[in-house]
Amino acid sequence: MHNFMESIAIPTAALVFSLLIFSGFVAFSGNNVLEVLAAIYQGAFGSWFSWQNTLVRAAPLMLTALCTALPARSGLIIIGGEGAMVVGGLCATLTGISLNGLPPFFVISSMACSGVLSGGAWIAAVGALKHYRNVNETISSLLLNYIAIAILNFLILGLLRDPATLNKPSSFPIGDANMLGTIGTTSIHAGLIFGLVVCGLLWFVIRRTTFGFSIDMIGGNIRAAQISGLAVGKLIIITCFLGGAAAGLAGMIEIAAVHGRANTSLNAGYGYAGILVAFIARYNPLAIIPVAILLGGIRASSGLLQRSFDLPDATTLVLQGIIFIVILASGAVYGRLNWFKPKGDSP
Amino acid sequence: MNTVSPYVLEAINISKRFGELIALDNVTLKLRAASVHALLGENGAGKSTLVKCIMGYYQPDVGEVLFGDRQQAITQPHDALLLGIGMVYQHFTLIPNMSVAENIILSRPRLPLIIHWRKEMAELKRRMQGMPFQIPLDAPITSLSAGEKQKVEIIKQLLLNTKVLILDEPTSVLTPTEADEVLGKIQTMSREQHLSVLIITHKFREVMNFADEVTVLRKGRYVGSARVDQVSPPILAAMMVGHEIINTPLQRIPTTNPRPLLKIADLKVTDDAGVTALTGLSLSVNSGEIVGIAGVSGNGQRELMQVMAGQRAAHSGSITVNAEAYTASRAQMRRHKFHCLPEEPLRNACVASMSVADNLAFRRFDRPPFAVHNGLLNRKAITQRAKELIHRFAIKTPGPSTPVGNLSGGNVQRTVLARELADEVDVLLVANPCFGLDFGAVADIHQQIMAARNRGTAVLLISEDLDEILELSDRLLVISNGKLVHETTPEHAELTTIGKFMAGH
Repeated sequence: MHNFMESIAIPTAALVFSLLIFSGFVAFSGNNVLEVLAAIYQGAFGSWFSWQNTLVRAAPLMLTALCTALPARSGLIIIGGEGAMVVGGLCATLTGISLNGLPPFFVISSMACSGVLSGGAWIAAVGALKHYRNVNETISSLLLNYIAIAILNFLILGLLRDPATLNKPSSFPIGDANMLGTIGTTSIHAGLIFGLVVCGLLWFVIRRTTFGFSIDMIGGNIRAAQISGLAVGKLIIITCFLGGAAAGLAGMIEIAAVHGRANTSLNAGYGYAGILVAFIARYNPLAIIPVAILLGGIRASSGLLQRSFDLPDATTLVLQGIIFIVILASGAVYGRLNWFKPKGDSP
Repeated sequence: MNTVSPYVLEAINISKRFGELIALDNVTLKLRAASVHALLGENGAGKSTLVKCIMGYYQPDVGEVLFGDRQQAITQPHDALLLGIGMVYQHFTLIPNMSVAENIILSRPRLPLIIHWRKEMAELKRRMQGMPFQIPLDAPITSLSAGEKQKVEIIKQLLLNTKVLILDEPTSVLTPTEADEVLGKIQTMSREQHLSVLIITHKFREVMNFADEVTVLRKGRYVGSARVDQVSPPILAAMMVGHEIINTPLQRIPTTNPRPLLKIADLKVTDDAGVTALTGLSLSVNSGEIVGIAGVSGNGQRELMQVMAGQRAAHSGSITVNAEAYTASRAQMRRHKFHCLPEEPLRNACVASMSVADNLAFRRFDRPPFAVHNGLLNRKAITQRAKELIHRFAIKTPGPSTPVGNLSGGNVQRTVLARELADEVDVLLVANPCFGLDFGAVADIHQQIMAARNRGTAVLLISEDLDEILELSDRLLVISNGKLVHETTPEHAELTTIGKFMAGH
């Protein structure tokens, strides 16, 4: 129970502390702190319109967060969500373009499959490099991000480039018929449902299945997992695949629900923000949902800040960065707060 | 010690609590100058907490620490160092990739900004003359054996002009010969060089042979102090556990129809650095037999254990169990009833953050009744089974959902024992089962291993404690430099011969 209290109290305190630092930053820029904070709230959760904006941004965050959270449960720190999302989106676009004209349901399903498989394979490669060649997974996944973005640029500036896109080089469109619709009369696209369902599903897998149990064993102590005869390498690669698949799905959704074609909007930073979401949520797939909504809200408010206070677009990125550092630092506090502990150090 | 020397360090009426837990309750310890004082108690008796209060890691809630007749405010370990109180920890605090000399020099509490290495080295060489142990100063720490590292730790403290030396379980990583050497030297030094030594231990032999006085703690309380020449091991045992120890002798039942269960042929393994650790090792273990592998730490025992347990891949050679090739997969472990009691159970066989119930389920969580419908966990069955095992193996835990990392060392070991020995076992692999355990737990574990053998289990026991091997084994093998160099039986064993082979001559 005290663990649970701790995992709520510490991130909350860290968020409050980050807001304090951010307030200093805002005051330094010559703005009224309370007004800016109120505007962030307004832009994130103040109206139904801002809620829709927030949820649209939260959907990919939920999925990219899983790309860090799942492998982390098996002890791997992977920051390749950005690359997996780009690869997933790119492959989904390729599928969409080549199948254009076939029944939309079939096209969309194929796009989802190709996004999931390619994103999964992308991160599974990280897991395989780690297991078979002992390559540091954090570094290899980071480098794979750059490779993914380079491949994206190579294709949208060359082979796939639609000559009609002048300002922002993009691929050919996947076709309006193949776009994912919105939920009811809102502007929220169906990607949110994917995000919620996948988070819920993976929570179930982690908590209720023998697979999840094995993963927690490996993440908790790999030697204990080996001594129990678990196929550690295989399980790590599968976990990486699942994480990459979630990020790949995020890429597919961004293409099929928002942009309709592949361009640099695919690497808008959802993958990196997902790492932050996963850290705050302590790698718990269910906790990812509210945290993604919170971070999505902060991102959604950036437009309003720009319009009302003439603050640059990057302001919310500053806040996000501050939160990131404070959350990382707060990790050192876990297990040290005496009032959450029934007893002290074992003598 | 015939003359009575004054006290140099006194901890008076110390109490310390951590939340609900009372770690120390009104404990007093008085250390005389130029003597060796043993602090005796079972795991969890509060020995380490008391010493940490003296060293300034903790502040006692009540009580005071007197150093040389004066009350001293030791609020942090640095203060203790400056007063001349030094401590050697149970686990080494050396920097592995630096040399002995660098480690010694860097440990000084007040280092100049720029170190004049040549001058320091000359000074160090000069002062090493007066040291009880000689260690090559330019050797990297990684090349040293556990015994040598312990010696470096002690030298490190002595060179800091330590007046009071505290040793926390100093012999837990040493061979019996090394332990005797180190403690013997310490004893001589205390007399000749006016060094006061406090040794934390739970081994009577060390108290009786090397200490002048002893203080016994039990469950955080002060039980008593005495001169060692006025007590005997049975008295100490009774003080330590609160009642007489009845040590049931091990019952060895003759084995009927032994059949070879475990066979290792020409096994070659490399260690983490890529150096050959096992150079073609072959052995076989029959049902109802305990084969003990004796040897000095670092001669390939760990790698052998790791290969068998699936923590390391073999370079070449074969392991067969029940005449089938064995690769330490989960299916094979289950089929051959192959179980493991590795050394340092918390490090090797438990997930500290997972509950006792989960840890007890590691072997069977993916089988009915613990798993249903091809892969769903049945938490109820896991908890139910944990309750049974906790009861049967007398694991002291607040409950099945407590993280196993919160238990004491003995209870972690018991948890692993319960998991590995509760079901039928055909092949059992045991490594240093008694590292850091008190003697009540040791006797219990020995009984369990013998009982498994008597039920027909083939036991391979790898231990650095020769007494343990002599007591348990049916057959004894000596490992040296990754090879088995000697085979005998405990009845025919000659300690000098075994010692020679252990040393690699």
